[in-house]
Order: sequence, then C-alpha cells, then structure tokens
Amino acid sequence: MGKELRQTIKTITSHHLKKNKSQVFGQNLTGVGWVAGTLPKLFEKDGVIELPMADVAGGGIVTGSALMGKRPIYIIRYQGYNWFNCIFIVNYACKSNAIWKIPCPMMIRGISSEGSIGPVAGSAHISTIYKMPGLKIFSPMTNKEYSNVYKNFMKSKDVFYISEHRSSYSNTKEFKNDLTGNKDIILMPISVTRFAAEKAKLILEKKGFSVGIIHLVNLKPFLIKSEWIKAIKKSKFGVLMTDNDYVDGVLRILAHQINEKTNKPVSVLGLDDKTAGHHKKVDNLPPNELKIIERVKIIIKKK
Amino acid sequence: MINNKRNFSLNVFERASICRHFENEVYKRIVKKEIEFPVYLSAGQEYAPATIAEIVSKKKIKPLIFGQHRGHSIYLSFGGDINKLIKELKGKKDGCTYGMGGSLSIHSMKINMYGHDGFMGSNACIGTGACFSSKKPTIIFIGDAALEEDYVLASLSWVSKKKLPILFVVDDNNYAVLTKKDERRDWEAKELAKAFKMQSFDMMDDPMKISKYLKKSLFKKPTLVNIHTQRIFWHAGAGKDKENVFDRYLQQKKLLGRKADLLDEKIKKRMKLLWEKN
Repeated sequence: MGKELRQTIKTITSHHLKKNKSQVFGQNLTGVGWVAGTLPKLFEKDGVIELPMADVAGGGIVTGSALMGKRPIYIIRYQGYNWFNCIFIVNYACKSNAIWKIPCPMMIRGISSEGSIGPVAGSAHISTIYKMPGLKIFSPMTNKEYSNVYKNFMKSKDVFYISEHRSSYSNTKEFKNDLTGNKDIILMPISVTRFAAEKAKLILEKKGFSVGIIHLVNLKPFLIKSEWIKAIKKSKFGVLMTDNDYVDGVLRILAHQINEKTNKPVSVLGLDDKTAGHHKKVDNLPPNELKIIERVKIIIKKK
Repeated sequence: MINNKRNFSLNVFERASICRHFENEVYKRIVKKEIEFPVYLSAGQEYAPATIAEIVSKKKIKPLIFGQHRGHSIYLSFGGDINKLIKELKGKKDGCTYGMGGSLSIHSMKINMYGHDGFMGSNACIGTGACFSSKKPTIIFIGDAALEEDYVLASLSWVSKKKLPILFVVDDNNYAVLTKKDERRDWEAKELAKAFKMQSFDMMDDPMKISKYLKKSLFKKPTLVNIHTQRIFWHAGAGKDKENVFDRYLQQKKLLGRKADLLDEKIKKRMKLLWEKN
C-alpha cells in the first residue's frame, strides 16, 4: 500500500520547519487530530504557531511573517473562512512585490470538505479570491502533485493558495490524463470531483462512450496546454468541467477560457446556486459520478 | 542637562520642520492641481514621529516601521529620502515607491518603513506578524479611528500575550474623516491597552513628555502611546477644517527662539528648492 497524501503533507511541513526555519500558523492546530494528521506534532518552539481566534488579524500576522522572508505556511481549516482570513493576504501579500518590490511569499493550505457541515465549512471557496492579482492557486490531490506544488513554492516569490480536500488525505494513487484517440467528450475535473470523474469515466466507457480526462491542478495561472486544445478540438461534444465550488465562480471563468481557445462547447457542473444547510437533507454537494454520467448523457443526447 | 534637553528639542524641531515645509510645498501643488490624487497631509501631526525618530536615533535602534495614510511625516522624520518622496508624489518611476504608491502607500527600505495597502489599521496586524517572526523592535503608527478596527484590537491582544517589542503610536487627531471620537466610542486608547495588559500612556504631542515616557521603556515591553495632535489640513487634499487650531510646531519654534527661527528659514528654502529641482 502506497503512502497517503496526509503523510506527504506532514513530511513536507516537517522539512519546511526544520530546514527553512519557517513557521506554520493557524487556529486549533496543536490538537483535534493535528489537522487530520497532516501536521507534525510540533509546538511554538518548533515553529507551529497557534494564532488567536481572530481570523482577520490572523491573516495579517501571517502576512507580516511572510514580509520578513519566513515563507510561512498558513492553515485555513475551512475555506469558507477565506472571507476573513484572506483580506490582508490578497490585498497586501499578493500586491507587495508589484507595489513595493518586496516579495511576500507564503503557502496557504485552505481545506475544503463536504457533507452536513453547512455553507461556511463545506465545499471550496476559492472563487472569492480568484480574481486578485499576485495569487497562484493549485488544487493537488495526489502525493506527486503536492510535492511539485511545494517545490514550485520554494522557487517562487508569490503567494500560493493550495486548495486541499479532506477526502484526498487518504489518497495513495496518482492520476493520469487520457487524451488518446478521438474522444466523445473530455472531462476536466477540479479538486475532489476528480475522484468522481475517474469513476464516471470508467462507467461511461463500459457503456461504449469514449471519454477523455484532463486533471486540473494549476488553477491560477491557468495555462491551457496545446495537447489539450488539440484533443478538445478533435472531440465530438467538447468538455464537461466539474468542481466543488459554486458553479458561478472559478469554473465559469476557466470554462470561458477553454471555449475561447477551442471554440468547442464547455459545460460546467459545480455546486448549485443555493445555500447549503447543516443536515444531509439540505446539503449542496459537488457532483458525484452519477451526476457526471447523467450530464454527459444529456450533452450527447442534445447533439 | 538643560543643554541636552535643548539639543534634543532642536533636533526634534529640525525633523518636524522638514515635515512641515515639505507638506506646505505639497499643499501649494494640490491647490495648483499639479497633484491630482488623494493626498493625506500630516502638517500639525509632525511631532509624534519626529520625537520618536529622535529617541530611536539616539538609542541607535533601527526599528521596523509600519505606517498608514498620512505617513509623509513618518517617512521624513525617520530619514526617508526627500527627493524620492517628491518624485513619488509626482508619479515618477524613481520615486520612493516607483510611482505606484502616491501619498498613501509610500515606503522606504532604507529606513525599514513598509508600505500601506489602504485598509485602515491593517498595518497593526502586519507589523505584529513582522515583529513576531523577526523579533526586531517595531513601531506601528495608527490613527484614533484605525484603533477601532476589530483586527487592530486582536493585534493588541496578541502583542501583549507574546510580549513583543512593539510600540503602537496612536496619532489621535480626534477625527475619523470628519466624525469626532465622542460620536464613535466611549473608551480611551490608554484604558483599552491596559485591559490587554499593555503598558500605555496618554499625552499631548509635547516632545519632552513623549521622551519622558518612552525613553526608558521603549521596546522593553509592548507599549501603546496615545498622542493627541491637531490636524491642520483636511483629511485629504488642500483645505482646513477650522482656523486657529493649536500648532505644536509654531509653539516649539517660539519656545526655542533664534536657533529654531534660523532652522525654519533654512529648511523652508531648501524644501522649495528640492521641489523645484525634482
């Protein structure tokens, strides 16, 4: 059995604290499962800093640390708190190099999760901050992807936002894009919907559809590779993108860019435009494999 | 002792004079519409930064400095390059903030002064984080209005908890744009800081008083000093809220006599020339 992603994040964090004498900031870090087992059991003397329960100030404090060149890691346990935690990050840290020529690099670990947990603690919320210049956004779901993002962070002067998902922490597998041959449709999933998209692809293929897949990790800047463009242009029905953020956010921004480059229809499936409640009867969940299959069939039927 | 005090006062006056005549030159250019973006003049409020700059200079400390808008006097008091600030206000690329900062976001690495993003009081949190991670002595300048921001209060609490070497200077001109303090709150900065177990003082912008309170304890424990000042010009741009406000600069000039008059004249001419040259 391979290594779980949670272990990779823990190892990276340990290394970052010891080798780079850096700091990890957040609330309720040193307990309650040590951030789902992704944080080494270390304390303030080792660089793991418990912030006060003051979310707006917390983001500012981490910005100050980044300004001093500490390359801190900032853990936001629920992405809905981006509204509070990211104010000074997107308005200071992300602009610092452009205005004052002083880099302010930090790595934010924004954690998303799903199910009966309400509109703030549930789902991804990167659309709230996506538009801000000077911010790079990634959503790694595998060991290799996470390690690569960290390596890039260490070479960069920018603020990195890592959109994590709790369901990925037990993942041991790597994902591969599939663009071989002529596809009926190409799936382009983000975050936790990548797991569902892989399942949907298998089921659809068994039913005789030819389904491609492009796993999206680098969300901002969003570079559309030439081989993707070629494959999408060759496909019969274009693209279906999926995400665990609201449908009228990042998803439509990226879909528009793909559509511009390929002139192919790009459909989107994200969270519905409605507020979730705190019970499974009133959840607002990201598309699962059944929803993806259903949408693919509708797209193909329409044509 | 008397000579020392006089030298200290004259040194502070010199710093304040640079600020005053700089701002007077800016004022003229706003009136003439040579500067056409929001400018936050600090005339009338020079004495807090000028005095504190003189104290840290004597102690040979180079603190991290976090100001916000109305920061020209902070920049100039601590020795920021005058030519570069003039160029910045003219929108030139070789300005102190590369023509990006205008009046509000000025910075200077030469004096460890970090720029401001435009969110009132954000410098309290950012300065706190910078001090926490670097352990360097830090001065955070805010206004009496910024002090009311929730995130500033949270920063004070954490600074106290972590016993950081930070001096919070509240430049208390009584105004949030034009809303007076007693319309906004019923508490005083000194009491607030005490509640967070910080050392705190409340005083007028008299340089000897500022020096008396800060000289010994500076950066030894978290401190907040609320300094009452009088804004001579409007919140932004050129104009006056009212005539005949108390003017610390003129009061000190009178008190210090001939030497101050000569300094004032010399700096006034110099500033005029620098503005014409740049």
